[in-house]
Amino acid sequence: MKPYAVIGAFLVIGLLLPLMTVMAATLLSPRKPNPIKQDIYECGLKTVGETWVQFKVQYYIYALIFVVFDIEVVFLYPWAVAYNQLGLFALVEMLIFAGILLAGLLYAWRKGALSWV
Amino acid sequence: MTAEQVVFVLAAVVTLGSALGMVTTRSVFVGALWMIAVFGGVAALFILLGAGFLGIVQILVYIGAIAVLILFAIMLTPRVMGDPNAPRYNRQWPLVAVMASALASLLVALVLRTDWPLAQEGAPTITGFAVELGKGFMTTYILPFEVASVLLLVALIGAIVIAREE
Repeated sequence: MKPYAVIGAFLVIGLLLPLMTVMAATLLSPRKPNPIKQDIYECGLKTVGETWVQFKVQYYIYALIFVVFDIEVVFLYPWAVAYNQLGLFALVEMLIFAGILLAGLLYAWRKGALSWV
Repeated sequence: MTAEQVVFVLAAVVTLGSALGMVTTRSVFVGALWMIAVFGGVAALFILLGAGFLGIVQILVYIGAIAVLILFAIMLTPRVMGDPNAPRYNRQWPLVAVMASALASLLVALVLRTDWPLAQEGAPTITGFAVELGKGFMTTYILPFEVASVLLLVALIGAIVIAREE
């Protein structure tokens, strides 16, 4: 369980750090709000119409492609962990594995599934 | 309480609390966000059980991919996205209540009847298991490993063919 203690500590610090920053700002900053101060500025723009809208169905294809390559990572992970104990053969094998999926990526690209709609 | 018990209680509270948040929220979108927290809690439980690789896969695939798919599906559905104040119940709720209670009692009965064995000392560690798996992929299970790649390729092409309108 020892190595997980480090991950746990990382998790706790990772959660605390942004929380503390926001808390500090809330506690320390003086507040005198007025409409102009609270207005959207810089990159923000007032929204036009409803924000909870339906998005284009075509976006789903990006999610599907992403899932396939996410599963690939699950296969890459044990290979990467065991890499030091494996020879050149394993590297070639993994290249074949990635190559087959690369063909899929090429297919998606050629079909225009990667172009933004 | 040992440290592991403290972590278990924390993970269980996060999992159950998020699950409660998921089923009680009005917005399906917010429910999906709660579900991601549930996945995180379950990943912690997997790691506590000594199934570290499964925990990592849980984070990678469920939080990384499945949650994204579900969020996409919600955002692409007009009726769900269009009305955040949709009613919480529809007329099928009695049927669902009966089915959910039946499933819950079945699960509770199973949990109570199961004899839970403890992990043996010297069970594979997280990296140990992943290393063994990696070695297996590159030696004994080389064919299934490459076939999995072909399977993913087929899934990718199938998804593109079905989802794209020509």
